[in-house]
Amino acid sequence: MLEIKNLHARSDDTEILRGINLQVSAGEVHAIMGPNGSGKSTLAHVLAGREDYEVTQGEVLYEGKDLLEMEVEERAANGLFMAYQYPVEIPGVSNKYFLKAAMNSIRKYHKQPLIDTMDFLELLKEKMKLLGMEKNMMERSVNEGFSGGEKKRNEILQMAMLQPKLAVLDETDSGLDIDALRIVADGVNTLRSPERAIIVVTHYQRLLDYIVPDKVHVLAEGQIARSGDKSLAMELEKDGYAFLETAAAH
Amino acid sequence: MSTDNALLKEVSQQEYKHGFVTDIEADAIAPGLSEDVVRLISSKKDEPQWLLDWRLKAYRHWLTLEEPEWHNVHYPPINYQDTIYYSAPKQQPKLNSLDEVDPKLLETYEKLGIPLEEQKVLSGVAVDAVFDSVSVATTYKETLEKEGVIFGPFSEAVHRFPELVKKYLGSVVPYTDNFFATLNSAVFSDGSFCYIPKGVRCPLELSTYFRINAQNTGQFERTLIIAEEGSYVSYLEGCTAPKRDENQLHAAVVELVAMKDAQIKYSTVQNWYPGDADGKGGIFNFVTKRGACRGDNSKISWTQVETGSAITWKYPSVILQGDHSVGEFYSVAVTANHQQADTGTKMIHIGKNTKSTIISKGISAGQGQNNYRGLVKIQKGATNARNFSQCDSLLIGDRCGAHTFPYIEVRNTTSKVEHEASTSKVGEDQIYYCRQRGLPTEDAVNMIVNGFCKEVYAELPMEFAVEARKLLSVSLEGSVG
Repeated sequence: MLEIKNLHARSDDTEILRGINLQVSAGEVHAIMGPNGSGKSTLAHVLAGREDYEVTQGEVLYEGKDLLEMEVEERAANGLFMAYQYPVEIPGVSNKYFLKAAMNSIRKYHKQPLIDTMDFLELLKEKMKLLGMEKNMMERSVNEGFSGGEKKRNEILQMAMLQPKLAVLDETDSGLDIDALRIVADGVNTLRSPERAIIVVTHYQRLLDYIVPDKVHVLAEGQIARSGDKSLAMELEKDGYAFLETAAAH
Repeated sequence: MSTDNALLKEVSQQEYKHGFVTDIEADAIAPGLSEDVVRLISSKKDEPQWLLDWRLKAYRHWLTLEEPEWHNVHYPPINYQDTIYYSAPKQQPKLNSLDEVDPKLLETYEKLGIPLEEQKVLSGVAVDAVFDSVSVATTYKETLEKEGVIFGPFSEAVHRFPELVKKYLGSVVPYTDNFFATLNSAVFSDGSFCYIPKGVRCPLELSTYFRINAQNTGQFERTLIIAEEGSYVSYLEGCTAPKRDENQLHAAVVELVAMKDAQIKYSTVQNWYPGDADGKGGIFNFVTKRGACRGDNSKISWTQVETGSAITWKYPSVILQGDHSVGEFYSVAVTANHQQADTGTKMIHIGKNTKSTIISKGISAGQGQNNYRGLVKIQKGATNARNFSQCDSLLIGDRCGAHTFPYIEVRNTTSKVEHEASTSKVGEDQIYYCRQRGLPTEDAVNMIVNGFCKEVYAELPMEFAVEARKLLSVSLEGSVG
């Protein structure tokens, strides 16, 4: 589904990604771990299409198409979703309106009829229940005045509504207490399916107790330093990222 | 970013949607202003002597005034001798029904989406259509008159209800008020007159569509609304103008009078021609709007959505004379391309326990310059007066500007005045977030801007709110690059 080849990217004059190679197939969950500043979030944003980053080398194929040539909204319409580490506030725009507008934009892109309001509300109710969200959250402005946990839950709700093919979760666990973490993880797990791939970007192993990955990659200085299965994450939990320095010394 | 720039270019070159000219023979007088011109206007309207005298007093006073320069808008000097002060579409002397109206006029209204015939049947809104300077068609007048409501052209009211006009004309905005109001007093052509008798809740929302048509013709509208004790009226004013290369001067005056327990709600959507992308052409809109809460417990609300004009200069104000009277001002002002706006309000608290609310939302895009200028004045006797002001500015792009000039004068220690202000930019972050969820950039900007204006839209009558959203998105198309 996703093939990243020798990806280099920079912001201003700093090279952040220095040759990433990664393959993600449908049905898989990949975890990308690594210390602060290793380029995890940059990778997520380059996939989503943020314009602050310049890709200097390499290519990214998404369902066989050149992802880097696509506009941000085109990537979204083609099923790429990113859950933000810092979800953005939009004052005066209700959560409900925002979600419906997003769904309809994607439908318009595919020349599908707009969603029926009753169907939309029904779906919304179901997904909110799943995530244990209060009804009034939908009437409130997008992320405005939300607690950290509410924002993250809202991201997962959007994901559940938009049903993406490839979901990239950027530090979704940060700022969550253990109960919220479990709920968010449950939300993600219900989305696991043979047609869908999920990339979980995280600093800590604890999220992976709930969302069990098929593969774990450790990013360091803009490259994938190690790849492995879930046991790699356990190892990191025990020993930390110290091995990276040992590796660098050689 | 290159595709966005292309989009910006494409849309900014888009023609003004309402920029067409109706080909109607106009009955106009030669350009220029003199006592003779004032007399000519008055005689064309067959006015009584007292009104001519009033106009002449205004004209003579105007000659002593200097054009104001305190505002933060810039424009080439206006040559008042180049302006035509009277223009009326030629028509049959008397109209008994819409059938007698020049079909081309009706066609124009249809292009604007306000077919009178349909409005009559469908919308329940009485329309007094002012085309250039003379009112040509009035609907629903009979329904209204059954309730005792008087609603019609100003020039007609002068003949039919001279005592009322004489009593209230200039009672809120005196002919000496300011340069532009004084000019209007001398040469005003027509406008609307509205009188709601005691205890009557006006059964319809009243609306007038103004439209500048003849080239180089200044529009000098005069509107007077009187709400007697315990009455209520909601008045809608909407404007669109055809495209012109030369600047057109517009100096209107609106006076509102609310007696005890009366309420006037005045809503405006202003979409005069703003000029082209290079700042050429466009309407100069110098308007004096003021309401007097004369009686206790009276209330006047101004709601405006200003998207048009090259220059907008207006400060709809409320004089809170009656105890417990309430003044409100809700405003959205948009300046895109080279538009300039200097707008705000004045709340003058005189009576006890008077209350005013000011919510102003300024949006600047392109090289637009948006100024909020407001005065809150609490007089000595205004015990327990309250004011709340909130002035928010939203910037789109980095070549536009927003400025806030709040003036507060308090002479009573029991009063409470609050002022909040904020300036924000439509963030790259917000747009990126929306796009990541599938919304194209233009839709994202519209959504963010509409969210910003939400509190003001909530005050608009339903159909106006819809129109305001449309106007805003048209005004801001292509403003993000």
